[in-house]
Amino acid sequence: MIYLQLFLSFLQIGLFSIGGGYAAMPLIQSQVVEKHGWLTMNEFTDLITIAEMTPGPIAVNSATFVGIRIAGLPGAIIATFGCILPSIIIVSILALIYYRYKGVGMLQSVLKSLRPAVVALILSAGLTILIHVVFGGQSAALANVEWHMLVIFCIAFFLLRKFKLNPILVMTLCGVAGLIVGLVLNGGVQ
Amino acid sequence: MTKAQKLLKLFLSTLYISAFTFGGGFVIVTFMKKKFVDGLKWIDDSEMLDITALAQSSPGAIAVNAAILVGYRVMGFFGMVVAVLGTIIPPMAILSVISLFYKAFATNMYVALLLKGMQAGVAAVILDVVFNLGTNVIKERSVRSVIVMVAAFVATFVFSVNVIIIILVAALVGVVAEFIKVKRAKGENK
Repeated sequence: MIYLQLFLSFLQIGLFSIGGGYAAMPLIQSQVVEKHGWLTMNEFTDLITIAEMTPGPIAVNSATFVGIRIAGLPGAIIATFGCILPSIIIVSILALIYYRYKGVGMLQSVLKSLRPAVVALILSAGLTILIHVVFGGQSAALANVEWHMLVIFCIAFFLLRKFKLNPILVMTLCGVAGLIVGLVLNGGVQ
Repeated sequence: MTKAQKLLKLFLSTLYISAFTFGGGFVIVTFMKKKFVDGLKWIDDSEMLDITALAQSSPGAIAVNAAILVGYRVMGFFGMVVAVLGTIIPPMAILSVISLFYKAFATNMYVALLLKGMQAGVAAVILDVVFNLGTNVIKERSVRSVIVMVAAFVATFVFSVNVIIIILVAALVGVVAEFIKVKRAKGENK
């Protein structure tokens, strides 16, 4: 029965979270903490921290985390499947429509307007991350600027534009640079 | 490249992207663009933006939705299955392991420093891609595209308008523009 409950809960999370991870968070909380009591609020906060620190969508991370704690590995697989099933059905239908009617004037005009909007949304997401990193999550005042992060960003941006380096390599180098600089700044006390 | 080789390549590419992509859905879409548009040239620029818009406006995780669309576009049904598996296996594997000792992970200083440096790299990768996409929009020399791009950016970045609303309004602009175009064409025929 627990498998069915996990499946149905994450099915709802997958179905009703539109617009990415932050939209899914309150839904996950209501299903996992409030409705079923699978996690305490404290554990849920830990889960969100981990989800932000690890790759992958928050919904998939949550499904795995909750599933494995409640019902082991089969629980994780069933919860994850429930979470992605609505996507698979709905997005497949949209894909069929898109590839069949892409050439129709109306759809072309809609897509022509959507593309610049999507560019703007990606820009906004990138700037938000940059601001968060450069100001260390604090308010955007000059005193809060973490200069070494800004330098790491600028070098990474330059390497990408000038030499078209592999983005995942650039990211990994940034991580190593952040670790080294962070340890030096902390004086290696810890 | 035979079909089996292409499927394998698709699977490994999504697996690799998913394993190294921290942050929200737009981050993974950016890496997919780098891989499938710039690297493998399986999908073109404007199609990737359409995929992003569809993935963003459908229920569920953006990364999973984008994988469904990319997989379907490249290799049909089997492509979709392979791309989705590639996208969910890394977070599932990582979360399964972390759920065993999550307290230690979430509070580890070295992990935190490494991830912070990587965030600076993520910002650089996103802004690099936005630079290319934005240049293409401006090259279109379409007043409508530029206005939509600027308006969408101000709405999301300055006023934090819900992303779904922005996409719906942009789509509506496309519908209205097409109606006006059709009406004008009819008027000229009379």
